[in-house]
Amino acid sequence: MNLSSDFTVPEPAAHPPASPSAGSAEAKLRAKGVNFYYGSFKALHDISLDFPANQVTALIGPSGCGKSTFLRSLNRINETLGNTRIEGEITLDGEDVLKMDVTSLRRRVGMVFQRPNPFPKTIFENVAYGVRVNGLAKRSEMADVVEKSLRGAALWDEVRDKLNTSALALSGGQQQRLCIARGLAVDPEVLLLDEPCSALDPIATAKIEDLLVELRKQCTIVIVTHNMQQAARVADYTGFFLLGRLIEHDRTDIIFRNPSKKETEDYITGRFG
Amino acid sequence: MTFRNFRRKALNNVMLSITGVFAFITVSALFLILAYLVYNGGKSVDLDFFTQLPKSTGEVGGGMANAIVGSAAIVGFAALIGLPIGFFTGVYLAEWGNATFSFLVRYMADLLNGVPSVVIGIFTWTVIVRPTHTASGIAGGIALSLMLIPIMAKNTEQFLRDVPRSLREGALALGAPKWQTIATVVVPAARKGIMTGAILGIARIAGESAPLLFTSLNNQFWSNPLHEPTASLPVMIYSHAIAPFDDWHRQAWAAGLVLLVLVLAANIAARWIMSRGQTAARG
Repeated sequence: MNLSSDFTVPEPAAHPPASPSAGSAEAKLRAKGVNFYYGSFKALHDISLDFPANQVTALIGPSGCGKSTFLRSLNRINETLGNTRIEGEITLDGEDVLKMDVTSLRRRVGMVFQRPNPFPKTIFENVAYGVRVNGLAKRSEMADVVEKSLRGAALWDEVRDKLNTSALALSGGQQQRLCIARGLAVDPEVLLLDEPCSALDPIATAKIEDLLVELRKQCTIVIVTHNMQQAARVADYTGFFLLGRLIEHDRTDIIFRNPSKKETEDYITGRFG
Repeated sequence: MTFRNFRRKALNNVMLSITGVFAFITVSALFLILAYLVYNGGKSVDLDFFTQLPKSTGEVGGGMANAIVGSAAIVGFAALIGLPIGFFTGVYLAEWGNATFSFLVRYMADLLNGVPSVVIGIFTWTVIVRPTHTASGIAGGIALSLMLIPIMAKNTEQFLRDVPRSLREGALALGAPKWQTIATVVVPAARKGIMTGAILGIARIAGESAPLLFTSLNNQFWSNPLHEPTASLPVMIYSHAIAPFDDWHRQAWAAGLVLLVLVLAANIAARWIMSRGQTAARG
């Protein structure tokens, strides 16, 4: 696909990041020298990347570049695939993620997937699920938690009258916001999103993007996206991946207006990928 | 039209005809069995069949009430033993098993599935009936459960594997431990398939006679299936069909029809559950 003829460099995020440069001292989540292997295949090469607290970081790059693998190693969901190996260091508030109890890690680092994956349960049960398995709220408080989470995901007004109907009856965009609500219900410190809009139409996408800008007030957000305009619209920082390596990482406006690496420039101007 | 084209079309028609003829043979065989059973059984079945005990040898009349209840008890024992064991084996195979041990278990299940039912009967007689000197409904239930376990295990494994990985990841990503993910998300998502398989498995073993010949034997009277020989429909069919009395033959046809109707009802129930599942999934 060659977009160079009609591709315009997207406007960077309208909200300037709080800190002037990447890798500032207030990193919430920090990866250092991460290598990742599927069997004998090395998918990630020496990735070091800091995620500043309460900021949106986008990971971009062509298919197979390792951005999803990296994202999925941050909450260690990749290790459930079996026959994987990780080297290096990932820390959450200075705590070693790779040695942490995996269930409490995942409680603190939530995830939203590429395709909406609501459980075949009611809307209410979907949102309550994480709260229940982690024993985070009493039965009597559950309704409040569910409402708060659905409001947080901008879904409450659409589903308030049908909380006890199947989540599978919702539209794709609603299902994805339900999955965000489900993630928010356990009050995560970091929210990972793996191409959350790739299965959605533009209107549903816009709703989710608005939501992300709002959500960074309560948590640190990492989003993998194929869509560079999306990265430009929502992200404070952007990291560019290519062939399992992190090529460049900086403030989004710098990445899109004045990238320092040629590969980055080639990619964002649509010369490949 | 060239010769080549003509030849192609002709060959196509020949192949189509061959497969059609064999499909017709299959369907007509099934249809004939069904029609024969409905015709002969329909003539024979009456209210007495469901309410009366068998008459003494050679006497006319009576029914198989004890065999209907006995069959229910034996199949009930088999389900109580076989469904949980098969279910948990299936969960293990689908969710936990390491490659070598799983392969072994799966292979054993396939083998067990292929063991002739009469051998299962002899085996159960050897390890249960002979040492305890008691033929009973329970012994019959154990024999049938040996047939039900592999069916249930394979079926459970299959339906659990069909649950999309994204659902498991959704639960794991929320901090649910693996066992909880399986218990609260994966198994409920596969619930309808597993239930359908359980019903079909029960329908399959309900018609077996060979495993019961040496284990629950037969009985002309009401009996306690816990420690007495117990009548069942398949064994009744066998014993009545080989007897030299016309009225017993009539009763055997009636028993055959009743068994068929029960199995058919189970099949329809299973399909109904499954189709409801699909509608819900489409949502």
